[in-house]
Amino acid sequence: MEFSSETRQNSLLSSERGIQRTQYPYVTGSSVVALKYKDGILMAADMGGSYGSTLRYKSLERIKPVGKHSLIGASGEISDFQEIMHYLDDQVLNDNMWDDGNSLGPKEIHSYLTRVMYNRRNKFDPLWNTLVLGGVKKGQKFLGVVTMIGVNFEENHVATGFGNHMAQPILRSEWHENLTFEEGVTLLEKCMRVLLYRDRSAVNKFQIAKITEEGVTISQPYALKTFWGFKAFENPTAGADGSW
Amino acid sequence: MTNSCVELPAKRGFSFDLCKRNAMLADKGLKLPPFRKTGTTIVGLVFQDGVILGADTRATEGPIVCDKNCEKIHYMAPNIYCCGAGTAADTEAVTEMVSSQLQLHRYHTGRESRVVTALTLLKKHLFNYQGHVSAALVLGGVDCIGPHLHTIYPHGSTDTLPFATMGSGSLAAMAVFESKYKEGLSRDEGIKLVSEAICSGIFNDLGSGSNVDVCVITKGHKEYLRNHMLPNPRTYVTERGYSFPKNTEVLMTKITPHRERVEVIEGGDAMEE
Repeated sequence: MEFSSETRQNSLLSSERGIQRTQYPYVTGSSVVALKYKDGILMAADMGGSYGSTLRYKSLERIKPVGKHSLIGASGEISDFQEIMHYLDDQVLNDNMWDDGNSLGPKEIHSYLTRVMYNRRNKFDPLWNTLVLGGVKKGQKFLGVVTMIGVNFEENHVATGFGNHMAQPILRSEWHENLTFEEGVTLLEKCMRVLLYRDRSAVNKFQIAKITEEGVTISQPYALKTFWGFKAFENPTAGADGSW
Repeated sequence: MTNSCVELPAKRGFSFDLCKRNAMLADKGLKLPPFRKTGTTIVGLVFQDGVILGADTRATEGPIVCDKNCEKIHYMAPNIYCCGAGTAADTEAVTEMVSSQLQLHRYHTGRESRVVTALTLLKKHLFNYQGHVSAALVLGGVDCIGPHLHTIYPHGSTDTLPFATMGSGSLAAMAVFESKYKEGLSRDEGIKLVSEAICSGIFNDLGSGSNVDVCVITKGHKEYLRNHMLPNPRTYVTERGYSFPKNTEVLMTKITPHRERVEVIEGGDAMEE
């Protein structure tokens, strides 16, 4: 009885104070693009962390392996991603402790992440990320997304943030089943190049990660070639003096 | 010394008189009816011999498609065309106004219009209205100097580019251009790339849809390919047809068009000078 009256008082107090816990992201990562190919999943992300409009960090790893079968890529608030990795490490550890020959696969991790994100959103305290989860377990490929409000779905090719506007149109017209590794990488690089040209928060330093039945490979950081040699860029206002 | 009111000449330009009252009503919670916007994907690119413009054909009023097949590529001059995105009334009015100004200028100078002329007239007008005339344009044409492609933003800034996209579907179309554009495209390659970019906008953007319009402008020649592609055909048409209720009496099944009542005076006097 006392307990319930206390809580009632507390809730009255909190509504007077008007607690709002919606945060604002501070250090953010830009898009992640991923697709299913013949042997597994390919995922690409740049290594930039923006602090508002400053490109503050240029060596952030936004793609990380989870357990033996999955790969997670995150865009959005970096500190929340680090927190999510902490939760996932706990999950993987607990799973190992069981020592029952079974291990958490991508579907299970995806489901766990959905619950975490949705419950945080219900408390008005979201983890400000869009997560891409890919993996292969027992020959079954999986690629899914969880957003900061708990929306989750599986698809053959996904992109977060700006990638939805610029990379998805390319993927929708050029993805097909059973891409080879080289074709998949070319397609991803095409998407990342377009994002590099047109997204202000992109940096020219990428990692492409691959996950197959055998395991995870995350490439070393590398840069894409860009082309700026259009004749029209050399003297753009040659025919239109006074404009630009 | 009569007590008549002096008739002031009508004030030119947009009248801002009601803005204060609109702001007051908005504060009280009244929502404006949605503008008829063109949602839109519009693109342009410079190819070997000239300029190719492309546009989708959907016009929206909020969430509703109000025109499934509107024309977004507007005529400016025989050698200049302009695609418009934003509020449909604004793009129509602004392009028609500048088009007539260009024609008067052609009569005055006796020369073919230049794209920079259209550009300057448009940007002057739009800057004057500080972005309230919501027209985002892709202007392209070929004149005595060469092929030109410009984008004009609602606030009056312009860009000169080898390839350009505007409208809500501009990101989807730009993704296609950035990955596939190269200089010196042939006519067919250019049309194919423009169609691909518009289709990317049509299928990936909700504000764009229906068909693809293309306009090819070269030196001394232009081709307006209206509905060049129809990637959204009507797939199901009912076979039942129409049937009238049983009591209807059909009087005549011949359709007679209305004729205007025009009185023609034969052999009247010539107009007085």
